[in-house]
Amino acid sequence: MPSVSEWYRADRMPHIFCTGCGNGTVLNCTLQAASDMGWEIDDTVFVSGIGCSSRASGYTAADSLHTTHGRALAFATGVKMAHPEFNVVVFTGDGDLSAIGGNHFIHACRRNIDMTVICMNNMIYGMTGGQGSPCTPRGAFSTTTPYGAQEPTFDLAELAVAAGANYVSRWTTYHVKQLTDSIKTGMETPGLSFIETMSQCPTSYGRKNKLRQPLDMIEYLRDHSILISKKRRLEAEGKVIPDTTFAVGEFVRRSRPVMGLKR
Amino acid sequence: MLQITEGSHAVAEAVKLCRPQVVSAYPITPQTHIVERLAEMVADGDLNGEYICVESEFSALSSCVGASAAGSRVYSATTSQGLAFMAEVVFNAAGMRLPIVMTIANRALGAPLNIWNDQQDSIFLRDSGWMQIYGEDAQEAMDLHFIAYKLAERHDVLLPCFVCLDGFIVSHTFEPVDIPSQKEIDEFLPAFNPLHRLDAKNPMSFGMYATPDCYQEFRYEINAAMIRAKAAYREIAAEFKAKFGRDYTGLVEGYRLEDAETAIVAMGSICGTAKDAIDEMRDAGEKVGLLKIRSFRPFPSEEVRTALKGVKNIAVIEKNISIGSRMLGAVGLEVKDAVYKDSPNIFSYVGGLGGRDIRKRDIKQIVQWAKEGRNDCFFGLREELLK
Ligand SMILES: Cc1ncc(C[n+]2csc(CCOP(=O)(O)OP(=O)(O)O)c2C)c(N)n1
Ligand code: SF4
Ligand SMILES: [Mg+2]
Repeated sequence: MPSVSEWYRADRMPHIFCTGCGNGTVLNCTLQAASDMGWEIDDTVFVSGIGCSSRASGYTAADSLHTTHGRALAFATGVKMAHPEFNVVVFTGDGDLSAIGGNHFIHACRRNIDMTVICMNNMIYGMTGGQGSPCTPRGAFSTTTPYGAQEPTFDLAELAVAAGANYVSRWTTYHVKQLTDSIKTGMETPGLSFIETMSQCPTSYGRKNKLRQPLDMIEYLRDHSILISKKRRLEAEGKVIPDTTFAVGEFVRRSRPVMGLKR
Repeated sequence: MLQITEGSHAVAEAVKLCRPQVVSAYPITPQTHIVERLAEMVADGDLNGEYICVESEFSALSSCVGASAAGSRVYSATTSQGLAFMAEVVFNAAGMRLPIVMTIANRALGAPLNIWNDQQDSIFLRDSGWMQIYGEDAQEAMDLHFIAYKLAERHDVLLPCFVCLDGFIVSHTFEPVDIPSQKEIDEFLPAFNPLHRLDAKNPMSFGMYATPDCYQEFRYEINAAMIRAKAAYREIAAEFKAKFGRDYTGLVEGYRLEDAETAIVAMGSICGTAKDAIDEMRDAGEKVGLLKIRSFRPFPSEEVRTALKGVKNIAVIEKNISIGSRMLGAVGLEVKDAVYKDSPNIFSYVGGLGGRDIRKRDIKQIVQWAKEGRNDCFFGLREELLK
């Protein structure tokens, strides 16, 4: 059973992530979960689109498909249907998944294809230098929203629930333990598991939003997250929850019919 | 007055001066600096239009088609994967005869993934019905936008237009640029006056189903407009020259071609390097010159033939590869077709793909190869990487 370090592809180091980027944390948690699952490297395929987050697949020792912007899930669908015995993990970003690839996202959830999808939501197009994405919070600055974003954002986890994924959770790069456990639960759950990770991009998001230091952003993520159970309780009590917060925890775990199961 | 400006910002200034009512774009390297600047101009109220932060290139060009059909002057910019993703709408825009202007910051296409310059992206859409003009430096890239709008919107043309500039080499470098005033551009480029547009009082449908008994005629018309665009381009560029003093009147442009025995043919920024190399070769007594292709669509065959009359060897520098074609490059095929009656030696040399630098010494080597009659081939190949 390979250890976490064996899941890394040492010859690709150093990685391209900026100092303090959250992507490394998410990659680490994912590989830890894969290791905890007892998966074999040769039975696993990592698929990704384009973006800083999508570069993660290239740093794993397993086979990987680095595809085109937004299409990771469509490529991964092909891999999984051809080889249901493979463990398929998709790395994607908020832009990759919900902007240019939004259509594939809802259909992959609807089909409930047996794979684990990990989205590093840094609320920005990090790789291209910080343009606003469908997850850039209202009022946040980006190079295409110089006076603050005005459009409403997507709630990716809720979207996955609505579209039919069997397992959906959201954590942040602050919640390393919960995130690792959640990815493992996702890997264990048949069907599409969607794990959204709120992550820090100090370079393209932090600099523009008075969160220059990586720690500032991690603290921001911690302080703005609220456990989904608590959120639901407060809502039931009729309390107002500030719309700058986002829920973390397990959104759904269910057993809708699944495609691409191991035979 | 000359201003030191980044190529992308020069383009953004040009676009602003053209007063588009709708700008719609999705970011992609190396186009980002153009659209970020435009987003800022709209946010600051310097450009009185809408900036749509669409979710993909597909939506970018689709919303441009919608806005253009509704009677607005529109703008987008992209490159590489973004352009490839747009391809369906690229054909639609031309078929609907919508005079959209789009900047292409030329970049290689994947896979493998590469963000650097070559011209494969625009060239692969050569049959789409879009005009394609290439700027060599920031000034030319800027000026071609003014010409492009005027040309595209002319009622005897009505075709969309790519204005191409080499990614990074032109888009991300700083050069002195003469930026016209708004007044001057307003005089040169009047407001968009659509021949057809969506109008409730005079209902009209765009892009309808065409049966076999009329589809072919649509294609014929698009091609006829493309042919008319040559003369229209010359007229408009002459008008531009009279007003601004800068001369883009040729669909091609010769450099030290008089008495040349060997000619380089190229498009875009590499022409600058070629001119330097040619000066040095001329100093050493070699009879070489350059033919720069400014317009790849429409392709100016007659001009190419006239300009290359008397030249013995022609070396086409191809920043693209038409995989499977005998001559390797898409530009060489067209040049060969233009000059075949004069039977010079003509070769395609493919290089500079995915951002590999083309240096003066490469140009000199190519000239040497052409003189020796070395056949169509790649230059600058790293043999050690080949099995
Ligand atoms: C078709 C296409 N359009 C645009 C791009 C340019 N592009 C590369 S990454 C990216 C955004 C990435 O954002 P996200 O998915 O959130 O990943 P991050 O870099 O933030 O991790 C864009 C727009 C591209 N590669 N392909
Ligand atoms: S730009 Fe942002 S997302 Fe990309 S590596 Fe740097 S910090 Fe990470
Ligand atoms: Mg992102």
